[in-house]
Amino acid sequence: MLSKTEKELIVEIWERLTPVAEYIGSDALLRMFASYPGTRTLDINPGSAHLLSHGKKIVLAIAEGAKDISQLTVTLAPLQTLHAYKLRIDPTNFKLLSHCMLVTLACYLGDEFTPVAHAAMDKYLSAVAAVLAEKYR
Amino acid sequence: MVRWTDKERSTIRALWEQINIDEIGPEALRRVLIVYPWTERYFGTFGDIFTVTAILQNSKVAAHGKVVLKAVGQAVENMDNIKDTYATLSRLHYEKLHVDPDNFRLLADCITIAVACKLRSALDPQAQAVWQKFLSAVVDAMSSQYY
Ligand code: HEM
Ligand code: HEM
Ligand code: HEM
Repeated sequence: MLSKTEKELIVEIWERLTPVAEYIGSDALLRMFASYPGTRTLDINPGSAHLLSHGKKIVLAIAEGAKDISQLTVTLAPLQTLHAYKLRIDPTNFKLLSHCMLVTLACYLGDEFTPVAHAAMDKYLSAVAAVLAEKYR
Repeated sequence: MVRWTDKERSTIRALWEQINIDEIGPEALRRVLIVYPWTERYFGTFGDIFTVTAILQNSKVAAHGKVVLKAVGQAVENMDNIKDTYATLSRLHYEKLHVDPDNFRLLADCITIAVACKLRSALDPQAQAVWQKFLSAVVDAMSSQYY
């Protein structure tokens, strides 16, 4: 469960990252592809328009969801259908991307990515992953 | 046995040279206790570790974090024999400490995040991939004496 302070912290961080959404999202994807080659079903080059637009969309969706976490299931409903039914993304991949997103945030925010921010973000990204994978069965 | 390319060996060595054990060790253990609070149950002898503030100020947590990172350093020194290097330690965690091995991966993830906060752009996607391959070998070795 996320406390009120944690929710505020999450919103604050994603609002701050929205202007650099392309960078944050593509960096997380590059990390996922590099560390978990199984996710790399497509050759995406660093800086390619494809990678950047993918990255940006992910971050904007995460930032949008953060605005009202109690409504996450509603906000992410279209993405849930897309990932589960249409794309059939392996649910473990959400964990891998979440972990890589945490590493991206740690590299970008440095010491500002405190243990408290880390804990809040880990919980929030797990919640996002749970929603996106919910329709699987 | 895990195989390493020359490039991977030099990447690990270069990262390790930039890692300050006294800084990363405490930070990684604090993070595991704060992000995954159920791990607190293993550290009954450490006194108050039941709030974020208490964890951040607890000197036993800090000291133990250094001990753990020193053990990671032994794996850096023995990359071709991580399993044997950790045999005794693995048995200790299994037989005496009863640590659930799933927690090794959680600690490894927290070590990676702590390293990322300090090294920042030096831990680029390629370096992260090699680093995680190395920590996976550590986690496997720590789990090797579990039956
Ligand atoms: C392993 C992950 C992924 C694979 C294998 C993949 C694969 C593809 C492929 C093959 C295309 C067509 C490419 C082209 O014609 O240029 C495509 C297009 C697209 N993908 Fe991805 N994708 C992945 C992840 C993502 C993610 C995470 C997002 C969104 C956050 C995304 C959003 C899009 C969009 C919006 C397009 C169409 C826009 C465009 O052509 O630039 N993809 N994807
Ligand atoms: C935090 C988790 C994730 C979020 C927030 C997220 C978000 C998104 C968004 C916003 C889109 C674009 C949808 C659209 O254009 O309508 C998308 C598409 C896509 N996602 Fe995800 N995604 C996540 C995880 C993943 C993972 C783990 C994978 C695969 C390893 C993946 C693969 C794809 C692919 C292949 C597409 C392209 C769909 C297409 O345009 O054909 N996503 N995702
Ligand atoms: C990468 C994984 C790990 C390494 C390398 C590691 C290393 C060590 C070392 C070197 C010691 C000291 C052993 C001695 O005194 O002879 C130790 C003790 C201990 N470890 Fe671990 N450890 C790891 C993971 C964990 C995890 C995940 C937990 C629990 C969540 C844990 C709980 C403990 C406890 C409770 C002690 C005894 C502490 C004391 O009373 O002083 N360890 N570990």
